[in-house]
Amino acid sequence: MGSYIIKRLISAIPVLLGITIIVFLIMAMIPGDPATAILGSYATPENVARLNRDLGLDAPLVKRYFIWLGNMLTGDFGRSYSLNRPVLDEITERFSATLILAGVSFVLCSILGILAGVVSAARQYGWADKLITLTVLVGISVPSFFLGMMMILLFAVNLRWLPVSGMYAIYGGGDLPDLLRHLIMPSLALSVVATGVIARLARSAMLEVLRQDFIRTARAKGVPERRVIMGHALRAAMVSIIPVLGIQAGFVLSGSVYIEIVFQWPGIGRMLVDAILTRDILLVQGGVVFVAACYVIFNIIVDVAQGMLDPRIKT
Amino acid sequence: MTGFLKLLFRNRLAAMGAVILGAILLLVILTPILPLQNPDVTATADRFQRPLSPGHLLGTDHLGRDLLARLLYGTRLSLIVGVAAALIAGIIGSAIGITAGYFGGRLDNIVMRGVDMLMAFPYILLALAIVAALGPGLMNALIAVAAVNIPFFARNIRGITVGLAGREFIDAAKLSGMGHTRIILTELLPNVLPVIIIAMSTTVGWMILETAGLSFLGLGSQPPQADLGSMLGEARSSLITSPYVSLVPGVMIFLIVMSINLLGDGVRDALDPRLRSGALSRPLATTLVSGARRPVPPARDGLLQIADLRTQFHVGSRIYKAVDGVSLSVRPGECLGIIGESGSGKSVTALSLMGLVASPPGIITGGSVWFDGRDMIGAPYEDLRRIRGDRVAYIFQDPLSTLHPLYRIGDQLAEAIQAHHKIGKAEANERALQLLRDVRIPNPESRVRNYPHEMSGGMRQRVGIAMALVNDPAVIIADEPTTALDVTVQAQILMLLEDLRRERGLAIVFITHDFGVVGQLCDRVAVMYAGRIVEEGPTAEVLARPSHPYTKRLIACVPELGQGRREMAAIAGLPPVVSDLPPGCAFAPRCDKASDSCRKGDIALSGSGGRAVRCLFPEEALT
Repeated sequence: MGSYIIKRLISAIPVLLGITIIVFLIMAMIPGDPATAILGSYATPENVARLNRDLGLDAPLVKRYFIWLGNMLTGDFGRSYSLNRPVLDEITERFSATLILAGVSFVLCSILGILAGVVSAARQYGWADKLITLTVLVGISVPSFFLGMMMILLFAVNLRWLPVSGMYAIYGGGDLPDLLRHLIMPSLALSVVATGVIARLARSAMLEVLRQDFIRTARAKGVPERRVIMGHALRAAMVSIIPVLGIQAGFVLSGSVYIEIVFQWPGIGRMLVDAILTRDILLVQGGVVFVAACYVIFNIIVDVAQGMLDPRIKT
Repeated sequence: MTGFLKLLFRNRLAAMGAVILGAILLLVILTPILPLQNPDVTATADRFQRPLSPGHLLGTDHLGRDLLARLLYGTRLSLIVGVAAALIAGIIGSAIGITAGYFGGRLDNIVMRGVDMLMAFPYILLALAIVAALGPGLMNALIAVAAVNIPFFARNIRGITVGLAGREFIDAAKLSGMGHTRIILTELLPNVLPVIIIAMSTTVGWMILETAGLSFLGLGSQPPQADLGSMLGEARSSLITSPYVSLVPGVMIFLIVMSINLLGDGVRDALDPRLRSGALSRPLATTLVSGARRPVPPARDGLLQIADLRTQFHVGSRIYKAVDGVSLSVRPGECLGIIGESGSGKSVTALSLMGLVASPPGIITGGSVWFDGRDMIGAPYEDLRRIRGDRVAYIFQDPLSTLHPLYRIGDQLAEAIQAHHKIGKAEANERALQLLRDVRIPNPESRVRNYPHEMSGGMRQRVGIAMALVNDPAVIIADEPTTALDVTVQAQILMLLEDLRRERGLAIVFITHDFGVVGQLCDRVAVMYAGRIVEEGPTAEVLARPSHPYTKRLIACVPELGQGRREMAAIAGLPPVVSDLPPGCAFAPRCDKASDSCRKGDIALSGSGGRAVRCLFPEEALT
């Protein structure tokens, strides 16, 4: 197992490098002179020249890439022009907020999705199955940002059950219950689509597994049906569910952009949108690389989990 | 194609999706000629008019613009942008996929590495990066959404192209001197085009949603031009005071995406042949029992008595009578063989005993199975479960698929004990170990930690036997336990079963298609054909003097060692399909001795002293 983890970590290195190259190339597409784009058309020529030197933009492309990569590896993501602070500081601060939101949403959509899929499969064609199938159909079609807005309208404005937006109350908040109250709506809104996708897949994976011979063996042994479903069948179905969890984690992570805007959540998605609108290129660049790298690492965890779950995978 | 469309529209949800999408498309096409107000003309005096107010069917927004007009023009724009993004992504992605798949080699390698890298990004993040570089704007949002979807097409289309590129017609085209471009355009493209179109139609919903999302964030369409996303984004500031301004574009996005999803699901289901046959339904915990079934009292004495058992498969409008009135019994310590070709109903008989026939489509329509004085057919699930594996245990064919692939065999054995006895894990493990010794598995101490795929076929079958023995059952039902094994292993397994029977006084019901095996192990044998017993009797007698022509032919299929005199003969023809049996003897079409009287009316199973045959012209008259 240990050697498998190391092997997966090593195989992630080219992917991580690829990510930096892609982000670098995309940013190199910026039309015109980036320094002018950042500083605006009223900037003095001296300022433009100085910024170009600061950004290392007077060097050739390949050299610029390696300088940028080297700086990042030493923890220097550059300085944000709009915020006037190191990019890395801003990213880590914002990312922790996103991680809370996306993490809770991911746990929610995994548990709810798998549970819904299992119940749906076990009660195939029953009323529970029909209800779940219909809910899933609506759930995967509703845009998360619209859903979030409607939730605010219903639960915060009309029913006054939950705070409208933000991560903590402005006055007297800051503790865990306060955070949880602020988390309910955004995490639900963010997890709905992923829940639907996972539920669908879990249902079909369970139906596929329940027809296998080893399920009949479990029943012939006299294993109680609840254990047949939640143990034997789900365990085998997880082999095909887990890779999809990894994919959905990516959707949840990047989909948090919309939810952070709707709910004024101080996360990295909102930071990116603000940075794009203020043309704070270094902040965008750093943020994208950072989030993508985290996602790659998360996928390694998924792979390792898969390897631990399925002994047939040579580890 | 018409069959496909019929199938698609029989799916009510897909039809609903098609109707909604059609209505939206029609509205959008008619938008320019509808008597609408100018969607961009502001009238601050008329701001936030409620829906149904005069002149504004859906009300007005924060600048007094007519919402109905804005909605229709916004929908138009969103659809155009989404479809354009799908087309661009589809065309570029497919071109990359076909090229990489066709040429293969290093080009393929490099391209697919790049695709993998792009797919390593969380989807929306990459689109954000592209918009960041190009600057906000609807055209740039379109490019970004198209770009992030290119890898999806490239990978899928490459996979299909690789499969096609090795086929004969491509080789033939190469030999005839066609250039690469011509081969790609005239030979490959027509074959991958349907896949490209299906992939586009299933992703277009996503692309509409993604561009709307970017516009919602303020990174797509810029004022005064508005697609659905930017309408929703602008409406956000007045969400609390005038929620309908948000509701109008939000519901429209929802309707578009849902109708495309419904249609896409319908297309996929209609194309997936497995769903077409309805084979994807999962078996219930016990076989269904028809409400019309009446219990039948046992005709003979015995530990396990089957009385007039009838099991059918209902598939669509067809009814397959897999077991059609079978009566049998086993006494303690006795071995009863049930023999027949595949499809004769012998396995279904065995599975029916404890309600293990897959259901749906299986259903028990008649008869009883008496065990311990109780009728097990129609017994409550919990009663049946208590007997399964504890008093009546099964051994199945092919233990690679019948053992759970992800559990260690020791755990699978221990679980079988703990399902019936409240004992600790350690004790159950100890007992599991002992059983592995009993079935003569070498190094049982290390074997308990093995997974099924780490063992040989013979070892796995021993585990299957150990699992059946685990709770000291009264009856073991062995469903072709040796069929998947080679001859030496088969002989070992049979010897093991024979020893266990003698030591423990087990009753065994042994299902097989091999008379050689029956001769070694069984005291009595019942021959099944087309769901019915055609001959029954003590093994030695049936083997020596088969009475039914089918039995005789079946025995002739077994080679005899060292005796070259007897002629080996396969039985001509195939067993009948049990959905549509002719009246009379089911074997008549394959029988040399059949006459017209064989094809009329039911023929009774008649005989005496445990010997019976269902034939008008038996080979040996039974006394």
